[in-house]
Amino acid sequence: MSDPTFNIDELPVPFKPGQTILEAAKAAGVFVPHLCHHPDLKPHGGCKLCTVVVNGRTQSACTYKAAAGQEVDVDTPELDAMRRSLVQMLFIEGNHFCPGCEKSGNCELQALGYEYEMMSPHFVEFFPNREIDASHPDAMIERNRCILCERCVRASRDLDKKNVFGIAGRGGKATLVVNSPSGKLVDSDFAVTDHAARVCPVGAILIKRVGFERPIGERAYDRAPMSAEVEVCEIPESGS
Amino acid sequence: MTAQDHVAVAVGRYRADPCYLVQIVREAQAALGWISRQSAVEIAGLLHIPVTEVDAVVQFYSFFYDRPRGKYRVLFSDNITDRMAGSFELFQRMLDHFGVKPGEASGDDLVSVDLTACTGMCDHGAALLVNNIAIPSLTPARIDQIIGLIEAHAPVYSWPAELFRIEDNIRRTETLIRAPYERGTGLDAAIARGRAGMQDEIKRAALRGRGGAGFPTATKLDGARNAPGVEKYIVCNADEGEPGTFKDRVLLTSFAPRVLEGMAIAGYAAGATRGFVYLRGEYEYLRAPLQREIDEMYATRRLGTSIRGAAGFDFDIEIHMGAGGYICGEGTAQIESLEGKPGRPRVKPPSMVIRGYKGRPTIVDNVETLAHLTEIAVEGGASFARRGTRASTGTKLLSVSGDCELPGIYEYEFGVTIARVLKDCGAPSPIAVQVGGASGVLVTPDEFSRRIAFEDVSTAGAFMVFGRERDMFEVARNFAHFFAHESCGFCTPCRVGTTVQKNLMDKIAAGRGSRYEINDLMRLADFMRKTAHCGLGETAGNSVRDTWNKFRPVFERRLVAHDFAPEVDLDAALEPARRVAHRDDGAAHVAAEV
Repeated sequence: MSDPTFNIDELPVPFKPGQTILEAAKAAGVFVPHLCHHPDLKPHGGCKLCTVVVNGRTQSACTYKAAAGQEVDVDTPELDAMRRSLVQMLFIEGNHFCPGCEKSGNCELQALGYEYEMMSPHFVEFFPNREIDASHPDAMIERNRCILCERCVRASRDLDKKNVFGIAGRGGKATLVVNSPSGKLVDSDFAVTDHAARVCPVGAILIKRVGFERPIGERAYDRAPMSAEVEVCEIPESGS
Repeated sequence: MTAQDHVAVAVGRYRADPCYLVQIVREAQAALGWISRQSAVEIAGLLHIPVTEVDAVVQFYSFFYDRPRGKYRVLFSDNITDRMAGSFELFQRMLDHFGVKPGEASGDDLVSVDLTACTGMCDHGAALLVNNIAIPSLTPARIDQIIGLIEAHAPVYSWPAELFRIEDNIRRTETLIRAPYERGTGLDAAIARGRAGMQDEIKRAALRGRGGAGFPTATKLDGARNAPGVEKYIVCNADEGEPGTFKDRVLLTSFAPRVLEGMAIAGYAAGATRGFVYLRGEYEYLRAPLQREIDEMYATRRLGTSIRGAAGFDFDIEIHMGAGGYICGEGTAQIESLEGKPGRPRVKPPSMVIRGYKGRPTIVDNVETLAHLTEIAVEGGASFARRGTRASTGTKLLSVSGDCELPGIYEYEFGVTIARVLKDCGAPSPIAVQVGGASGVLVTPDEFSRRIAFEDVSTAGAFMVFGRERDMFEVARNFAHFFAHESCGFCTPCRVGTTVQKNLMDKIAAGRGSRYEINDLMRLADFMRKTAHCGLGETAGNSVRDTWNKFRPVFERRLVAHDFAPEVDLDAALEPARRVAHRDDGAAHVAAEV
């Protein structure tokens, strides 16, 4: 029996019952942008990059289930403009100076900036001054780059079973916090081998001493745009 | 007792159940004044939860503090109606007296003074909270009296009762609040009708939720009843945080038996046996009288098992206090808060009727909706549905405030025109009415023939009147600040967008705005409406958009003539250089642009 289908941009896409629109699209090779979503983690739905139009209403593709006969718009000028605004908002909310960031080229926020032709920040920058935590010998937290996607929170809680990270503070004051009496990473259960150490889409959680092992210019999104759906960790050693 | 003992007592009172984390923090802070790092770590240890979860709660709610804020913590209500009553000058008066900055404890750790969102006293002029207890009707003399009491170190409970007097200000009644409620009548009538009979009457009444969304109550009750599971919950949403609304305050003050029996009737119809009253932190002063009413209900078999002797009719109610957070009025955020977490709206579906509190079927209903259930039980659905309009049955309470002679509570049948309300409250020639609070609709005189009803102007009941002398730009700016303060931070468009909106409005207010900012604001309102996670973000741009569309001159007279003014004030940016160079002559300044 063949799978039921729904339509993305008027083309039929099969899905398995229970799949989200994002999962079904990915399986079919259709790019739906996303940032807080990670295939190994429970859906979150906060970044809103995966906003699509389902039967005329905007929904988050990472949490909204696919259903037979749905008409889903993904690649439209209006949605692309929204996504550009979202990326710009994430840029101006923190301090994202790509040329000085060791994540450059492997950064999903930066890649989305290119993907959606972000030529300027558009909004006036907030220039926050959030605490940097370099206490741990093997990793550091640069909160000024955190986009509050909660990937590390979910990975530590659900995959590592450690609950090292959390988010505290309301609205614009929301910030990444660490589960230790001092609030410092060094006093927590964090280990550099944790899943949580590797899921950060931006340069907020950085593993020390490996930042420039691969030179800028040869990194994941230097080689292929994000819409090519190449996972950072799956990049082959030699360029294609 | 040491700080550690106070923490242990607070945790013990709630049987070390992490679901009560918000209540535990509230009690610990009531004893300690603030939650130190040490206390947070102890709470986490006793509850066996990560300290990040305690941090998340302490930092989310406005009334929790992770820094010392003094023995007396004063918060001035900062709704636009407070401002219109001179609250900002009174706030400044107190700050100046104590020589403190907003939110900072005085050097002797005696007092802190800050602003907070609308406290639900809009019919009493300006208002404040001192250690979470409301004081309305502020005047300069009252402020000086309060300053005196603080300087005398008088405990708040010993302050003159006159300071805390809050009137109902009921100005007009129909059926719900006409006469005092006779306890037990609603329950007896419901029991006489039986569960199925009561369900039918609620359907026949076509009762819709009074919180603003207007969802059919019977559909919710059916949904929860048919959902799998044994334990089901009724939540009374008494978190009326929409700026300008205070009708639930009056219902809970003078009609609490109606509301509480309404909860039990909802439970009876939905097969739910446990209820929570989620009472906003601003209404702390209502907690004790409500608890006394609940205790009396148990004593007279109006709560507990076999209510009024009806076998199988079991219902319990407990009060859960909020701690300052507009978003907790949203149903799923309220459930998160009830579970001891920050109030962040959940991803829907699933609906909370299927998976709500602790993953079980839960109905969250407005205070007023629940009160109406006693009416429907007594008189039957058909009689109830004869009032109001076809799509909006029954009566509605309006919280009228602002520029009118008689602010207070007005009960009307649905379908009343805005003009009629204005006539009754003594507002002969207003320039606008904000219906439904900050997230609502701005209505101008050409629309005063519109009706209060779900099918026309839908509202939870806030009705703020603005007279000729009011500057509607400042109204919109006040609401923009409100949304930036109340955004929960979960989704990007609202977390960042509300602050961008606030900054743009401030830039225009400072005389540095141009057509560029207006265009950006309009795009932003549309963007938030389409991409935000919940109703807060979706509606956060409404007021700015409405004000631009309907009161264009108040924006235009603030705009600079050219198309764009840079964010950076070049002349101001040169100030440090002038200081270093010890010069202030003409050549050291950038001439104003032409």
